[in-house]
Amino acid sequence: MPRLKVNGRRVDYAGDPDMPLLWFLRDEQGLKGVKFGCGAAHCGACTVHVDGEAVRSCVTPMAAVEGADITTIEGLSDGGTLHPVQEAWLEEDVAQCGYCQAGQIMAVAAFLKKTPNPTDADIDDGLTNICRCGTYHRLRKAVHRAAALRGGRSS
Amino acid sequence: MNAPFVSTRRDILRYGAAGGALIIAAPLASCARQTKLEPDEPPPTLEWFEGKIGPFVVINADETVHIGSPNPEMGQGVDTSLPMLVAEELEVDFDKVKMVQMPLGIKMGDDGNMTWKHVPQGSGGSTSIPENWEVLRQAGALARGLLISAAAVRFGVPDSELTASNGVVRHAASGREATYGALAEAAASIAPPEEPPALKPREQFRIIGKPQKMKNARAIVTGRAIYGIDAELPNMLHAVMERCPYFDGTAISVDDSAARAVPGVVDVVKVRRPPLDGPYDVQAEGYAVVATSLWAAMKGRRALNIEWDHGPYADESSASFKRHCADLLSGTGQIVRNDGDFDAAFAGAAATYEATYWQPYVSHAPLEPQNALADVREDGITIIAPTQTPSSCNRMVAEALQRDRLDIEVLPTRLGGGFGRRLSNDYAVEAALISQAVKAPVKLLWTREDDLRHDFYRPAGMHHLKAAFDADGKLTGWTHRLASASKYYRRPNLPETDYWSAELYPDDFPGGLTPNYRMEYFSAKSGAPRGSWRAPAHTANAFVVQSFLNEIAHQRGEDPLGFRLRLLGDPREMRYEQHGGPVFNPGRLAACLRLAAEKGGYGEKLPQGRGRGIAGHFTFGGYCAQVVDVEVGEDGSLKTTRVVAAVDIGSVVNPNGVIAQLESGVNDGLSTALHLAIEIAGGRVTTGNFDSYPLMKIAEAPPVIETHIIDNGDAPSGMGEMGIPPLAPALAHAIFEATGKRIRTLPIADQLRVR
Ligand code: FES
Ligand code: FES
Repeated sequence: MPRLKVNGRRVDYAGDPDMPLLWFLRDEQGLKGVKFGCGAAHCGACTVHVDGEAVRSCVTPMAAVEGADITTIEGLSDGGTLHPVQEAWLEEDVAQCGYCQAGQIMAVAAFLKKTPNPTDADIDDGLTNICRCGTYHRLRKAVHRAAALRGGRSS
Repeated sequence: MNAPFVSTRRDILRYGAAGGALIIAAPLASCARQTKLEPDEPPPTLEWFEGKIGPFVVINADETVHIGSPNPEMGQGVDTSLPMLVAEELEVDFDKVKMVQMPLGIKMGDDGNMTWKHVPQGSGGSTSIPENWEVLRQAGALARGLLISAAAVRFGVPDSELTASNGVVRHAASGREATYGALAEAAASIAPPEEPPALKPREQFRIIGKPQKMKNARAIVTGRAIYGIDAELPNMLHAVMERCPYFDGTAISVDDSAARAVPGVVDVVKVRRPPLDGPYDVQAEGYAVVATSLWAAMKGRRALNIEWDHGPYADESSASFKRHCADLLSGTGQIVRNDGDFDAAFAGAAATYEATYWQPYVSHAPLEPQNALADVREDGITIIAPTQTPSSCNRMVAEALQRDRLDIEVLPTRLGGGFGRRLSNDYAVEAALISQAVKAPVKLLWTREDDLRHDFYRPAGMHHLKAAFDADGKLTGWTHRLASASKYYRRPNLPETDYWSAELYPDDFPGGLTPNYRMEYFSAKSGAPRGSWRAPAHTANAFVVQSFLNEIAHQRGEDPLGFRLRLLGDPREMRYEQHGGPVFNPGRLAACLRLAAEKGGYGEKLPQGRGRGIAGHFTFGGYCAQVVDVEVGEDGSLKTTRVVAAVDIGSVVNPNGVIAQLESGVNDGLSTALHLAIEIAGGRVTTGNFDSYPLMKIAEAPPVIETHIIDNGDAPSGMGEMGIPPLAPALAHAIFEATGKRIRTLPIADQLRVR
């Protein structure tokens, strides 16, 4: 029976190996912060971390995450303290409908580990999640702010 | 809703009079198995608000205040701005206020028609703020008055000696005071006054007009905000549905044996086609696979074997529809406004101009796909869904299932975007029909392909404009001819001769500003379902009218800004009979144009390859002008580097929200102008997912967007839509300045590419 770790908890999975991780997280683990937008790796609403990397869970079959360590938006912050990206999102008041934002935040959290002091060009190249409400202007500011809050550390 | 809500104040008073005991905690609503409400967050039931201090206000013993937001939140910010209106008069610290989405409240009116229980509860047409501007401040004032009365009884002094601020009622003479939390229970049992207390003058506002952050942001960034897609009920089943891809088509044969064999699948339910001669209830015939899990339902759907007939529009394609519009324009259409004699003006003009523009079908594509949770029982129906119009959701389900409207509760969730798509409640009707068939709660989820292929699209159309000028440079004639498939069709009692009214707004600029003015409409035939897309016809009409102005100015050797200001003339009130009226003041639009031009450095000389464009439009009561900067590379690559906007929406409730909506409108307008078109072939939509409908990503979004607000103290209009219309024409103008190329067809797509 495949085992994996979700937000620090060990869980087992005995179902269809072809099922996308997205539905496991939402429907079997009750982690509804992981969102469905396209099901085809185009929008990033379903972004989670698999072993620290941003991954689009709608196209990631369960067979591919055996033994993996998965973090969702619900597990991003450490207890009562928000992650710097979440903090920056509040300070810049990014969200409109908010539906894309969990995926955006997960993508940015992983992005900043590799690119701790991004330029605008880095952001343009490295962030490809869709926001249908068009919050990109504040989102860009929040990425820079989150980078500052993180103090430019890598990893 | 059949009857308009008329007795606003009386209802609030009557409602307050029904006051009862204060309930601090209530049992969780039936929808809450998985919903992760904040521990102190109340459940979304209307009962929870009943018997409190007037509708919308719940004051808890621990001094926390909950304010109900009547209208669905879809990103436009009403869950912050509407409670601000209540809180302003209630005299509480807005930071301590929690917002609660109110369920639909309807009742049987005295005249036997259904009416609103408290206030209208829909989100659309930028009406939330103007409709609630008075009534929600009254609700706050009423609650404050009752709290003061409760303190007056307690202190044995007249109401007039008491003041309320920051959640405390004070008696200055004796120094006594009591908190709202301590007074709430007594206040709830006091009969309200005949007349609600007077409202504050604008100079005393402490909350309205001050920037407030989005109320539910913390839940969003931690993944705990609940959308329709997240709602669950005990024992619910999951459904996905294969719909006929062909417009108005139907199944020839269905083999569901393989689908039924998929483990977890419990049933395959046929959802019949909508009536073809009346309003849509569902959009298309389909077969819903119902299963114990979503994944099983999805696998079952893939195993369906259905042969569809191609329906009455089998020959329709994007190209054939465009040709059809062009053919129509070569004839004579229906005249829908006719001032003076345009033909004579055109024949006798010193200079004439003419251009033709095209806009494609576009889709709403809210990021949360359509979904609904329906529980159809003998004793009632529960619908939990992301809907902009919970009341029409209630009515449509009632009609489709032949049930009493008062037996149907509708709990609108937060919406993962609306943009007009969720004015239609077809997905909720589908879920209800499926739940009825399987006798269990059913959660229906659409895929992205379902959403893009079964939308109610913004109408496509071809516009032909002509203008005439005399030797003195005066605009002597203007005509706007449009061939489109109107969104007004299949409507009861609406003849085809009225279809134009959704597509052309006769009082739009420059109507009334030239003596010879004609609007002509051609009703085109298309199988594609049509509906309201954010700022409906304004997006199309602003693009063509504003683009045409820029073309004319260029040909006349006039500056496009000065040319517009000359046409608009002095501030004055002109008749405007469409939505957003009754008045259009060209001076307010001129002021926005001047301010945007000044702040955006309009008219400065720019280096090669860069361009700056301008446009302005009046949308649903609000005025907006934008200056757009672009850079076009030698390969034709386009970068929108800056947008500077000026807006006038009268009084501003939440400046932060206004700016957010302007930014949203700019990005929506840009995304749509750059890339978006729904493609049709063989009588069906072929666009499938975000690869063929490429919503803009951050790389193309302007890094600088500046919003300048003119707050003139007039009654407010809404902000959700008016940020879009000026963007496309200002962008096209900037592109012309940079490249000399005119964009007359949207989207821009690869028109600039250098081959
Ligand atoms: S839902 Fe996974 S990328 Fe869109
Ligand atoms: S905030 Fe609505 S999709 Fe991004």
